[in-house]
Amino acid sequence: MSDFPHTPPRFSATFTPAINAEIRRAAASGIYDIRGGGTKRHLPHFDDLLFLGASISRYPLEGYREKCATDVWLGTRFAKNPIHLDIPVTIAGMSFGALSGPAKEALGRGATEAGTSTTTGDGGMTEEERGHSKTLVYQVLPSRYGMNPDDLRRADAIEVVVGQGAKPGGGGMLLGQKISDRVAMMRNLPKGIDQRSACRHPDWTGPDDLEIKILEIREITDWEKPIYVKIGGARPYYDTALAVKAGADVVVLDGMQGGTAATQDVFIEQVGMPILACIPLAVKALQDLGMHRKVQLIVSGGIRTGADVAKAMAMGADAVAIGTAALVALGDNDPKLEAEYQKLQTTADAYDDWHEGKDPAGITTQDPELFKRFDPVLGGRRLKNYLKVMTLEAQTIARACGKNHLHNLEPEDLVALNVEAAAMAGVPLAGTTWIPGRNGGF
Amino acid sequence: MQTFDLAARGLRELNQTLHSLRGGQTNETVWEIVNTRGSHAIAVGVDAPLDITVRGTTGYYCAGMNKQASIRITGSAGPGVAENMMSGTVIVEGDASQYAGATGRGGLLVIKGNASSRCGISMKGIDIVVHGSIGHMSAFMAQSGSLVVLGDAGDALGDSLYEAKLYVRGKVKSLGADCIEKEMRPEHYEALEELLRRGEATGKAKPEEFRRYGSARKLYNFNIDNAAAY
Repeated sequence: MSDFPHTPPRFSATFTPAINAEIRRAAASGIYDIRGGGTKRHLPHFDDLLFLGASISRYPLEGYREKCATDVWLGTRFAKNPIHLDIPVTIAGMSFGALSGPAKEALGRGATEAGTSTTTGDGGMTEEERGHSKTLVYQVLPSRYGMNPDDLRRADAIEVVVGQGAKPGGGGMLLGQKISDRVAMMRNLPKGIDQRSACRHPDWTGPDDLEIKILEIREITDWEKPIYVKIGGARPYYDTALAVKAGADVVVLDGMQGGTAATQDVFIEQVGMPILACIPLAVKALQDLGMHRKVQLIVSGGIRTGADVAKAMAMGADAVAIGTAALVALGDNDPKLEAEYQKLQTTADAYDDWHEGKDPAGITTQDPELFKRFDPVLGGRRLKNYLKVMTLEAQTIARACGKNHLHNLEPEDLVALNVEAAAMAGVPLAGTTWIPGRNGGF
Repeated sequence: MQTFDLAARGLRELNQTLHSLRGGQTNETVWEIVNTRGSHAIAVGVDAPLDITVRGTTGYYCAGMNKQASIRITGSAGPGVAENMMSGTVIVEGDASQYAGATGRGGLLVIKGNASSRCGISMKGIDIVVHGSIGHMSAFMAQSGSLVVLGDAGDALGDSLYEAKLYVRGKVKSLGADCIEKEMRPEHYEALEELLRRGEATGKAKPEEFRRYGSARKLYNFNIDNAAAY
């Protein structure tokens, strides 16, 4: 009635449209939201770090003339047969079950051509992957689906999975749509059930038991294979120290940006720490024990570019692992499939309902009609190309910093763009000598 | 018979010696391991039709991942005896600690005494016969195979069970989520008789004295109305 202007509609910063939509979804369905992938929230990350490059006091290496090596040894502490990789970018564990057989084959093909390793997952070892992956890491998970001594012996390394970044403290999940006959047989489960993997190992609890479990695996494999211990980014200082104490050759540390095939959204978004905050704590644990570089550190969770690789290594990692990025390289979430993503009520680059098994790209599915769309040879070539580009990018940065090996990158090569990243990464805020938290506890 | 003195020659040599017999082209098929002194990981990863007697008491994971071998432990066994066994037979004359037969995929585990908590956890095809009683949370998430208990079972038997079959002669303190008593049909009496025979328990118990427990299959697919069971 009055001529006064209306107050314009104002959305709450607490009850945002997205939050309200989730409340309505929960009220209608009675079940929490389950999805794949890693955290989608904004976090301090490698993007918040920059390299300083060479200057008068440090001279650079010629980009196309002087060598910058990229190889890495893994498992030199106890294993008779440590692994030697040409590049420090490995493929993280992703299960057959979560991924199709052809997708696993493509990972093996691409990694082998690029000179790196792949890792099994919560579904056992497939011929597709063993046959195409020159260097294969076999995971020992709480579920022990498909676990057997023959696969332990034909693996090149063994990874005892304590946790993963997407869900430290959580077990696996594979919903009924993806429990095909073959997946059910490999896991010894009824077809079509919602499979919930245990969050704890069935035959050990705590660091003292883990030490004995690792001893058993070493004895079964005659001390030949490197044994990794994978931890989620929860308490990286103590977990790294305890993994070393338990006898690990390699510690794999996964931050909360690391993906999962299917987990509650609340778990993915609310539990764990970003990889930037995890790396310095793990490196400090290794240094405090005098084991830095002797027990190798592989970090993962949001590695996308050669710059991320270089930054992780400058912070003290020996190598990195990629999961989500590898799937994107294979063809996951490609905008050319937009029409099909629209049918699934989503859009390219946002599709995360991997647990439903309807992936138009044929990667995160067990539907033969969908996975036959995916060409493992082409997928492997795309992954190889991507890995090569990451390596070239990391070398470009390392040479600019005057380093003849990626391992020679160091924290002194880095600065942070904001206070949060400076504090987490333990490098100075750009333009200052200030590392928040230093000289006042870690 | 080959006698291996574990205290004198060490664990690594023991397991490597037994592994060297993989492929089966050997007449050294009967073994005795002495001076075990509670060592962990005794005779793990054996993959040959050997007849092994472990004299004394063992630590963790004795006979872990066994294939083909018959392994008899004359004393008691520590945690995880015969974990992830694939085939063959493991017999414990004494008691067994936690997680006996965990994730076992085949073969037969016999415990003449009692077994502690989590016996048969996540079992995937192994058969386990316990002459005494078992502790709490046994057969947790058990997927397949049979667990036979001549004595009593502790709390939360068969919690989140899949398709494993559980036979208990004595009292069950409580059943875990989704585990229910089921009818004993003729095929179950028949299977149980055979398990008792193979488990060296014939004459100690009769099939008709047992009750059978299995999955209600209500938690196989998520339903919000069952949330309180998790």
